[in-house]
Amino acid sequence: MNSTLSAVIAANRFGLGARPGDLVAIGADGRGWLTAQLGGAPPRLADAGLRSSVDILADALNLRREIQQARKSAVADDAQNAVQQRLPQFLKPIYVSEATARLAAAVASERPFLERLTQFWTNHFAVSVDKQFLGGLAGSFEREAIRPHVLGNFNELLLAVETHPAMLLYLDNFQSVGPHSPAAQQLGRRDAQRKIGINENLAREILELHTLGVGGGYTQTDVTTFAEVITGWSIGGDGGRFADAEPGRFVFRAEVHEPGEKVVLGRRYADDGFRQGEAVLHDLAHQRVTAQHIATKLTRHFIADEPPHAAVERVADAFMHSGGDLPTVYRALLAAPEAWTAPLAKYKTPADYIISSYRGLGVPVEAGHGPLAPFELLGQRTWQPGSPAGWPDRSADWDGASALMKRIQWAEALGERLGSRRDAQQLAPELLGASLGDATRTAVARAASAAQGITLLLAAPEFMRR
Amino acid sequence: MRMPRRQFLNLGALAAGGALLTTRLAFAHASERQARFVLVIMRGALDGLAAVPPYGDRDYAQLRREFALHAPGERGGALPLDGFFGLHPALNFMQQCYAARELTVLHALASPYRERSHFDGQDVLENGSPRPHALATGWLNRALAAAPTPRQREAGVALGQNVPLVMRGPAAVTSWSPSKLGALDDDTLARITDLYAGDPLLATRLADALAANAMVDGGGESAMEPAQAAAAPANNARYTEIVHAAGGFLRQPDGPKVAVFDTTGWDTHANEGGAEGQLAGRLGALDKALATLRQELGPAWSDTAVLLVTEFGRTAAINGTRGTDHGTATVAFLVGGAVAGGRVIADWPGLSTGALYQGRDLAATLDLRSVLKGLLTEHLSVPAGALDTVFPDSAAAKPLRGLLRT
Repeated sequence: MNSTLSAVIAANRFGLGARPGDLVAIGADGRGWLTAQLGGAPPRLADAGLRSSVDILADALNLRREIQQARKSAVADDAQNAVQQRLPQFLKPIYVSEATARLAAAVASERPFLERLTQFWTNHFAVSVDKQFLGGLAGSFEREAIRPHVLGNFNELLLAVETHPAMLLYLDNFQSVGPHSPAAQQLGRRDAQRKIGINENLAREILELHTLGVGGGYTQTDVTTFAEVITGWSIGGDGGRFADAEPGRFVFRAEVHEPGEKVVLGRRYADDGFRQGEAVLHDLAHQRVTAQHIATKLTRHFIADEPPHAAVERVADAFMHSGGDLPTVYRALLAAPEAWTAPLAKYKTPADYIISSYRGLGVPVEAGHGPLAPFELLGQRTWQPGSPAGWPDRSADWDGASALMKRIQWAEALGERLGSRRDAQQLAPELLGASLGDATRTAVARAASAAQGITLLLAAPEFMRR
Repeated sequence: MRMPRRQFLNLGALAAGGALLTTRLAFAHASERQARFVLVIMRGALDGLAAVPPYGDRDYAQLRREFALHAPGERGGALPLDGFFGLHPALNFMQQCYAARELTVLHALASPYRERSHFDGQDVLENGSPRPHALATGWLNRALAAAPTPRQREAGVALGQNVPLVMRGPAAVTSWSPSKLGALDDDTLARITDLYAGDPLLATRLADALAANAMVDGGGESAMEPAQAAAAPANNARYTEIVHAAGGFLRQPDGPKVAVFDTTGWDTHANEGGAEGQLAGRLGALDKALATLRQELGPAWSDTAVLLVTEFGRTAAINGTRGTDHGTATVAFLVGGAVAGGRVIADWPGLSTGALYQGRDLAATLDLRSVLKGLLTEHLSVPAGALDTVFPDSAAAKPLRGLLRT
């Protein structure tokens, strides 16, 4: 079997890892194979049992209300604890079925470039399930705010993300209140001690992480003013004074919106309610600094840890010329000659490693927590980057000694599980193609058992990288 | 010990004059007593005004409103320190250390970073330069690389799957993290070692991992009584395995002497809580982890200094969502048997609107690098001449002396 460098790079670096037969099917034109994946609507998850974020959040808010009521009433401690447990018991299975559906899609995908792009954008606009409710919402956030826009325009993607309940909860904006808003004035009259005001968390991370990037030319005043602009971007059904709107759905609450014209990054925005924030997002999405930031991250993810300057510039140019049309941006990335010279330029993240193993070895993704366990063991639990910056994307972030040992231990366990049902000697060229080196070829061929052969294949330097 | 500004500065000047002599003595002393150092990075920006409330400051209660901690002894009161500052009530073990003169609190302290990005703030905290992303190596690694003996140069261990920036660099360091996976087959391991012969990165990492595992597995018995060890996880599940491993590494005479690990969850934008609540829970877990570390280290605790640092502080006032936003100066804790403790070191700038940095944050009056320089030279025998490499462009940050027992 002869496979080309182009096919290996396309399947393993731009895709999620070759399956047997993929490299031959791709042939000599890796770029063409990837470009073809950009045609048609973006893929949706097949599992019809997954619920919308509105349904999930409405139920979760109800449960929280019951817990709060039980706390107030004089119920026995045991009964209280039982009630307390109902929220995690509700959220956990949702997390498991969402993460499993996502993994199954990645492992089975015929358009793995799009799955990787989906993962890239989810990580760019990261939420983390270590915050309350997010365990039940991270999956629907990806399905509702990210997936439909992966082949759309950056501005639409940005707006979908920043108005999604998961993001408004994760970065606290749902309860941010303009200090001069009607609601604040009213509450202030009733209780002068009570402090009502903005929370600048989401505004800061939109500027720093989602659009301009750190050092992108904004000041603390821009952060604070932008936070005032998006006061009122909230979620229905959050109890108390806001019980009016539809539970779990995005709502613009005029009564908590900070009134007045505002200046962000030197531009003046008239006060037209929700549209004030929409206009700021629109302008952020069309700034050269934003294009540069996105281009740098994409180039780092798909080409090299230290992104080649010329490639970044070309991708940023495509972003600007097309007004943020994402397929145009991806095509500029694929056109970069730097992408096609060196195979194995990126050290795999744990998620890359697990998904490419499942794909390469044809491991079925069964229901339940089982297939998700390695993500936790190898240090990258799905949707839990732990911070809004998302998972890091350089070799040094992932190539620790202990991390390597865990990969090898997991590879051994998987090898033993599959045993003689897989032939590593036959699989090695199918998965690694033109990047397969003599040392690995020989080691796999001389393995003492089928299980050991699989372990050696997965532990090989060529399989640790993409 | 809350000193007036003048006295604080004089002490620094005096100490700086005797720097050379002090360093030599400390080196001789350190090598015989085998100094241990643990760096705990608190990622997310710890609220220093909640962890170490200045209840004696007249502006404090108004800024913190219903979340203000009261004077010790009152309901919802802080634990006693020096009559002006208190400790958050979740920090029981820390308070015992303070009473035993094994805890020094450093307040109104900040790294040179003055913006408010977590990620750049952590980068500056770790790379040791005044600018984010200026260096791809960390100050602790460069300090180890400058140590006088080969053994000290290879003394570092990162307790996590991967090595954080602060520990990356020329000195060889290893990483270790708990595993639920089974031990590897010896023959398979030998073959993988051969397979990595042509790949320097993977070969080094594999060798380091094997060495670290050997040390944790065979490194002598835990200094904890079995009953204590059994009770620990329930209290302290969040950090149990990491702290256990830290003890396993550090108490050995021939093991690593410098460990680093991360803690998270300090980014309290909403519903931070006061004496009880979200932050109290996090602080309590950390406090228990430190108590466990002392038990694990046994006699080695007396040679140990643990430094807890965060990237920056939080706003002086609570925000509109019962939390605090990104700020500037904060606290650091230096705890351990080697610490000359029982002190709060702070040149307190005050919390009046005019005193706050940009009208919103606790202002910085102590450069974190001064603390680090003092620690590295006096505790880890890092030559004073290496400090310019460890902390580039830091001439203004003079080493803070006398942090350790002599």
